[in-house]
Amino acid sequence: VKFLDEYRDARAARQLAARIAATVTRPWTLMEVCGGQTHSLVKYGLGDLLPPGLELLHGPGCPVCVTPLETIDRAHALAATPGVVLCSFGDMLRVPGSHTDLLRLRARGADVRIVYSPLDALALAGTLPDRQVVFFAVGFETTAPATAMTAALARRRGITNFRLLVSHVRVPPALVHVLQAPGNRVQAFLGPGHVCTVMGLSEYTALVDHHRVPVVITGFEPVDLLEGILRAVEQLERGQATVVNQYARLVAPDGNPAARRLLAEVFEVCDRPWRGMGVLPASGLGLNAAHRGLDAAQLVPDMPPVAEPPECLSGEVLRGLRRPPECPAFGKRCTPLHPLGATMVSSEGACAAYFQYKRPEARGEEEAL
Amino acid sequence: VTDLVFDCPVPRLDHDHVVLGHGSGGRLTTQLIQRLFLPAFASPLLARMEDQAVLPPLPAGGRVAFTTDSFVVSPPFFPGGDIGQLAVNGTVNDLAVGGAVPLYLSAAFVLEEGLPLDDLARVAASMREACRQAGVELCTADTKVVSRGKGDRLFITTSGVGLVPEGRALSISAARPGDRVLVSGPIGDHGIAILSTREGLEFETELVSDTQPLADLTAAMLQACPGIRCMRDPTRGGLAGVLCDLAAASGVGVRLVEAAVPLRPAVRAACELLGLDPLHVPCEGRLAAVVPAEDADRLLAVMRAHPRAREAALVGTVVAEDRGVVVLESVIGSARVVTPLPGEQLPRIC
Repeated sequence: VKFLDEYRDARAARQLAARIAATVTRPWTLMEVCGGQTHSLVKYGLGDLLPPGLELLHGPGCPVCVTPLETIDRAHALAATPGVVLCSFGDMLRVPGSHTDLLRLRARGADVRIVYSPLDALALAGTLPDRQVVFFAVGFETTAPATAMTAALARRRGITNFRLLVSHVRVPPALVHVLQAPGNRVQAFLGPGHVCTVMGLSEYTALVDHHRVPVVITGFEPVDLLEGILRAVEQLERGQATVVNQYARLVAPDGNPAARRLLAEVFEVCDRPWRGMGVLPASGLGLNAAHRGLDAAQLVPDMPPVAEPPECLSGEVLRGLRRPPECPAFGKRCTPLHPLGATMVSSEGACAAYFQYKRPEARGEEEAL
Repeated sequence: VTDLVFDCPVPRLDHDHVVLGHGSGGRLTTQLIQRLFLPAFASPLLARMEDQAVLPPLPAGGRVAFTTDSFVVSPPFFPGGDIGQLAVNGTVNDLAVGGAVPLYLSAAFVLEEGLPLDDLARVAASMREACRQAGVELCTADTKVVSRGKGDRLFITTSGVGLVPEGRALSISAARPGDRVLVSGPIGDHGIAILSTREGLEFETELVSDTQPLADLTAAMLQACPGIRCMRDPTRGGLAGVLCDLAAASGVGVRLVEAAVPLRPAVRAACELLGLDPLHVPCEGRLAAVVPAEDADRLLAVMRAHPRAREAALVGTVVAEDRGVVVLESVIGSARVVTPLPGEQLPRIC
């Protein structure tokens, strides 16, 4: 398959691993930002190809993981409201809130539907004029433009039975939060390839200038990731800090201006709570005044803030302070079927990746299941 | 073959659609049986219209294999097949992979009020063709009708009996370190063909379901290699599910080589786009076989010479270490664990 096989080539991977080993002279700690990158790293066992002392921490770039519990509870309250059809991306269905999840609500009679695009939810609203159709809009700058396009269309067409529960988030404030966290060890980032197809490089140039930390915008295949790691350690060894675009086959320096115009038309930057990390300033995208009529949050009362199970360390995992097997509950009281927290429940979460792909002994548990 | 199916003369019924009366046990039920099912299935045992099929004595020495399966696939007609074909092949294959020679099937139909009778006739005709291909007789059947909205067009449950010849005992707990793992062809075609028709997800592909009966293939394999330890058809849960079950039941590890697992480019591309692992995607006409190492090459040659397994491949090895665990050697040479599906990924695929 074109654009895949050349990035999963064993010889290219080994050559890059050898160049990384030849480049590093001391220990370095990098963070890959995206859940998709974490999954590739763990799935292909890339850590085993890296020289000792070169450590990768897993970042906060998993949209399901960082969606706050109270927002998930709000989606559940919406789904349980008579007359509401709740549309969601499939991976949100299994995510437990403080009381239930969408699959259980559906089994009890709620109308919950999986869609692959918010535009499908808008089309559904057209066919169900006497129902209120709500799309649960989660994700980073990658999925936000599709939500924005849908919101703009709904407003222009004057559709009154369509609403959005918006929980979109921005990557750069989360990276600043990671860098400023007490005990931070991250010295360079593998930046979010798909986010940058929309946003371009300028936000990351600003981050690099301010924090003096190298950022390599990186893809998701094994060869991409190894090349991203090489570009990062080259900078660290030379004492440089710049933005390098490893994923240039998809990321234009200016990103996708048309998508950004849509974001600007519909959203405004707002403060947003992140699961396990607290409220991060300017980290969210919320509906602006012209589109606030589409906000589904108005349909249900405010949800009380909910504390995470005290046993769950997903906040520390998301900030790169701990690795999944370091959690005492990992693989024992916390598994994909009985997740304690976000990083296990989302298929993109770091804990789920370790559970799915690592040998039981490496997962730190006795039984496979 | 399809010409045969559609030329089959089905006498006109008084209705175009299933009505509740077709399940009443009265005159309309009789009409449905006599005008639609009996001509379609052409089974002398069924045509006796008794409450049960009384089977002729089975050859002495063997043991009877017995299995059952329900089919709820949505949509009932899909690229490369339909629910009727699937219902016959699924049960035939569950018998065949146990080393049984499939002989007789039952079929129970749950029909939703309003189902076009032409659709039912199409399903019945494709069941007959599937029975013919598998060499089985559909000898007893039942029909129920549920009100509109209480079902989804039609559900079919089939049960089957077959004969396991004397001395043959295949088992998922029989794998031993050193054994080889073979698959009979590319995996995941059925699952992706069904997914390509799903609402909101329609994508264009020339891919068709792999549904087919495997009894002739298993017969040829067992004749050439009586030492086969175990066979399984990787339906729901895919190849990953079968191999994880095997590793757990036999108390062994399995090493799978990613690059050796046959996969059509269309399946691979769809899995990449949808975030699926092809090892979890169901097949309905493939099998995995575990065989002692010394028999592996011969068995592979026999499989590749058979029209139902032209693209068979050797994909892995049974090992003593990593008991209960399937480890995949990835295309870049690293190793990762293969786990069963955590939840339902593709509902109503069969």
